[in-house]
Amino acid sequence: MNVFSDPANFDVYVTGFLWILKLTIGGTVGALVLGVLLAAMRVSPVPVLRGFGAAWVNTFRNTPLTLIIFFCYFGLYATLGLTISDNLERNNYWLGVIGLAVYTAAFVCEAIRSGINTVPAGQAEAARAIGMSFRQTLTMIVLPQAGRTVVAPLGSIFIALAKNSTIVGTIGLAESSNAMKELINANGDVVIPIFLVFAGTFAAVLIPSGYAFGWLANRLAVKR
Amino acid sequence: MRITRLAAAAGAVAMALAMAACGGGDGDGDGTGSSSSSGVVDKASKDKKLVIGVKADQPGLGLQSGTTYTGFDIEIAKILAKGLGVPESGIEWKTTVSSNREPFIQQGQVDLVVATYTINDERKKVVNFGGPYYVAGQDLLVAADSTITGPESLDGKKVCSVTGSTPAKRMQTDYPKAQLQLLDSYSKCVNLLASKSVDAVTTDDIILAGYAAQEQYAGKFKVVGKPFSTEPYGIGLKKTDTAGCNKINEILKASATDGSYKAAWDSTLGKSGKAAPELDVTKLTNCS
Repeated sequence: MNVFSDPANFDVYVTGFLWILKLTIGGTVGALVLGVLLAAMRVSPVPVLRGFGAAWVNTFRNTPLTLIIFFCYFGLYATLGLTISDNLERNNYWLGVIGLAVYTAAFVCEAIRSGINTVPAGQAEAARAIGMSFRQTLTMIVLPQAGRTVVAPLGSIFIALAKNSTIVGTIGLAESSNAMKELINANGDVVIPIFLVFAGTFAAVLIPSGYAFGWLANRLAVKR
Repeated sequence: MRITRLAAAAGAVAMALAMAACGGGDGDGDGTGSSSSSGVVDKASKDKKLVIGVKADQPGLGLQSGTTYTGFDIEIAKILAKGLGVPESGIEWKTTVSSNREPFIQQGQVDLVVATYTINDERKKVVNFGGPYYVAGQDLLVAADSTITGPESLDGKKVCSVTGSTPAKRMQTDYPKAQLQLLDSYSKCVNLLASKSVDAVTTDDIILAGYAAQEQYAGKFKVVGKPFSTEPYGIGLKKTDTAGCNKINEILKASATDGSYKAAWDSTLGKSGKAAPELDVTKLTNCS
């Protein structure tokens, strides 16, 4: 792989995957927080909150991520003037994280909601019986059990998130798909090896993490 | 057992198909039997067809509206096709962007590239260049009331350019203090400039002039007018195609004397009021 023995090219490769890593971390944190909140809204007794949660899920789950990221850039930033950092690269990163989090939260919400459905109704009834409020029931009894049943689907969602991070390249962040484009542009004769190295890196990281989530799901599952 | 075997077989077939689909792009291109080693001269005389890579979003140079392309690059491409014996109906236009021109040539997806394509040493390593047919210079497009006077006053400012283009690379190496926003087309950059999300758009003066002259932006922008590079525009073709390169230079030489070069200019960029440049035939590449 002569292309990658050039330190400058190797640098491009490393920078690309570092951005992917940062986007994945930022997106995961954002999506988890938002997703849990949305799931709580969707099972809450307040109709307005339920409506909001449902609207969020149906809007963002059914909008292509490319459009969302594009909107974050050209809508939020360029038109509405939302500036998170004066540094352009950092600003693009945060716009990307917002887009990824907003989109992925819809899927996280649905996974958690399905987990909530696996918790026997008796659990919530018992909690109510000893005088717990809705919030206490949810955070102390239902969500901990629900969370443990949805580790595997959440794993899939976060693997998808890691791959989806490449879309932030459309707004100019030098993540791996942009890095790959840059290398292919300069080395059009070795397109296939470059492609295989980038795709291989994703596979090499994500396949083991898939197994890790599977193992974790087994360990944490509430045995009933 | 049978099911797993079937699945494995299906998987193998799918893999093979995928590989074949991938491989299709880097061989002969269109599969009409023209070998990838023969140059454009052979292909043009044999097939009477050419695939020419052009830009689709640069007013005055290469602009696509519907299925037709207009602009100076397009006219030059037509002159070349005519010189190679290909009728206008035999030209297949193919939209390229700055970052895929070398790969397109290397993979044989296009025969020629006439797309504001700057000749430089790095590119010469992988492709061959005929021309130059025009010499532009990198400049800045800024808002009409901007205080930016040149690349030196860009420190900390946001500058938009296109991924993989020469202007973008020059900004990165020569003016690293400017913040560079990279997008995939200049029209998006110009949009950002219109909404003041970036302070300047940088590329060759002639491209910027084309944008500034567009109706919807009339009076909003100005080109700074201090070019800080020379960008000789060439015609890209396969690295091995020396004969094609020589032929292209011959055609260009002829076009300078028979007036077709000037006509190409006058019908496109000349409309901005700028007089046709002299095509300096002594500067043509030596095609080695």
